[in-house]
Amino acid sequence: MDKILEVKDLNFSFKTYGGIVKSVRGVSFDVNEGEIIGIVGESGCGKSVTAQCIVRLNPEPPGYFEGGSIKYKGKEITSMSDNEMRNIRGVEIGFIFQDPMTSLNPTMKVGKQIEELFVQRKIYSKQQLKEKAINILKLVGISDAERRYKQYPHELSGGMKQRVMIAIALVGNPSVIIADEPTTSLDVTIEAQILDLLKDLQKKLKTSVILITHDLGVIAKMCDRVLVMYGGKIVEKGLVDDIFYNTKHPYTSGLLCSIASLETSKEEELQPIEGTPPDLFSPPIGCPFAARCEYAMDICYKAMPPEYTITNEHATLCWLEHEFANHVVFPCKRILKEEA
Amino acid sequence: MEPLISVKNLSKYFYISKNEVLKAVDDVSFDINEGETVGLVGESGCGKSTTGRCLVKLYNPTKGQIFYKGKDIFLARNKEEYLEYCKNTQMIFQNPYSSLNPRMTVKDIVGEGLKIHNKIYEKQLDEQIEDLLKTVGLNKEHMSRFPHEFSGGQRQRIGIARALSVNPNFIVCDEPISALDVSIQAQVLNMLKKLQKERKLTYLFIAHDLSVVKYISDKVIVMYLGMIVEQAKADELYMNPLHPYTKALLSAIPEADPNIAKNKDRIMLKGEIPSPINPKNCCRFAERCSYAMPICHNEMPKLKNYDISHKIACHLFNS
Repeated sequence: MDKILEVKDLNFSFKTYGGIVKSVRGVSFDVNEGEIIGIVGESGCGKSVTAQCIVRLNPEPPGYFEGGSIKYKGKEITSMSDNEMRNIRGVEIGFIFQDPMTSLNPTMKVGKQIEELFVQRKIYSKQQLKEKAINILKLVGISDAERRYKQYPHELSGGMKQRVMIAIALVGNPSVIIADEPTTSLDVTIEAQILDLLKDLQKKLKTSVILITHDLGVIAKMCDRVLVMYGGKIVEKGLVDDIFYNTKHPYTSGLLCSIASLETSKEEELQPIEGTPPDLFSPPIGCPFAARCEYAMDICYKAMPPEYTITNEHATLCWLEHEFANHVVFPCKRILKEEA
Repeated sequence: MEPLISVKNLSKYFYISKNEVLKAVDDVSFDINEGETVGLVGESGCGKSTTGRCLVKLYNPTKGQIFYKGKDIFLARNKEEYLEYCKNTQMIFQNPYSSLNPRMTVKDIVGEGLKIHNKIYEKQLDEQIEDLLKTVGLNKEHMSRFPHEFSGGQRQRIGIARALSVNPNFIVCDEPISALDVSIQAQVLNMLKKLQKERKLTYLFIAHDLSVVKYISDKVIVMYLGMIVEQAKADELYMNPLHPYTKALLSAIPEADPNIAKNKDRIMLKGEIPSPINPKNCCRFAERCSYAMPICHNEMPKLKNYDISHKIACHLFNS
């Protein structure tokens, strides 16, 4: 499989009055052609910043690249000019934003917002543009597309708006779509519809999708590969099955244990991860998770763990994988179930 | 046993214009027994929060009655009776970022209710607030701080301390964890459970996360567009959902397990939740229901007993 996007040692920070926030600290990953890759983590862990770096949507200043490279089909993105970026953003890489209620322009008709990408390009005539917009509205499952084309965002429901967002992301025929929490503000039944739509479209159009979410349920359903982020770093990455059934990082295991599933009985107590995420103004020298980790050793506070490779695809950032460390079996319910 | 809270034919309409009525809650009846947790689930706009707000008297219902220990709460004869009810029912709000006054310190926020309900001296007040903060896992130093100095999880703890301050026995939890991070949600859930055990609290737990509701509730009520469609014991409802809407809702839960998630049979609902403005006088789910019969489009199904503890409002189960 071809690598379509290569992110290497990405560092991105923001200058604020309180000091410098190191949002993303040395993140590396690849996106292959035609796969869905998930990024999961809590708010403030840097997942959205990472994604927005790829399309350079982070405000610069106050944000700035501290180092690293992002290559899209071999071309370096971090050093591109604004003009070059315009040919990538929306055309080659589509973006679906988190909140459809606020990310659509309320004063523009839906159809016009979809066509906006082509306004400067002058490739198509007005009639062709309209046809294109209506076709894409049909593709994302909006019934009565001709009528919707002329409506304003406030006339649509939340799920509809998210479909329009997807249409906008797809209209340039991108090879990568970045979906930043596409379903967080939607209801469960609508969430299921939108996720199915995304998956269908991904299969049909053979695009790659970077799916950002904090919901492990969404990850389990959608993704081929997963990156788990914490404190600006990728703490574990691997295939879905690696992450869920062969967890190698205490944070991933903690996340899996802390959610109530349908099988959790009432007598069982949930096992939360105590404490709160680290302050990225002055990130800890050692492992960012050490302060909340029940297996933390002395070394964890003193030095950043290296990346330990478990299999070809599976890697973790944890001292527990060191040969001198005690062997730990995580109390992860998902493992037990598969053995049974 | 007499139920602690008994809701009878509660309706709350919002009049939008001359011809438009938004029926947020329409003819809803249920009981809550002492010490029990009742889960209230449904999609956004189905009236679950409005129901909760009516219960703590934040809204005056259009029709219907709410009884607390047999007394109608809207017929309080004097201020004492009114305060008595307010003292016993408290609410935890959904969004900890907007439900705490940014100009008040934690001490003022938590102490406000104490001052109104128990006439106590400043020194005692401090002690009591300290105790309250300790129960929710905060400490003394936090007392003089302002809400913006706390994280979301801590703010929700302040909200819980405020609700607990007047020693209520019934708390409406309106999506208390949906604004929090995954790893923090479990902390708050565990705390709510612990407090219930220690203080013998009764909860109405409003949420849209069905796995959480199953975990915390004894009884679950499913609402759709202002009406109760199904009501049963938690285990019973999840094992044997009867209403087509409940079935779809349950099958839409994203499971954090790839094998289950990929092999799960899903019932996909067509379309979206219709508008609650001027709803038709028929089964409100009929448009999206794959089992809909002609009668569903003509007649409103009534909430009927399926067995002792399982109630359902659906024409499929009428014969």
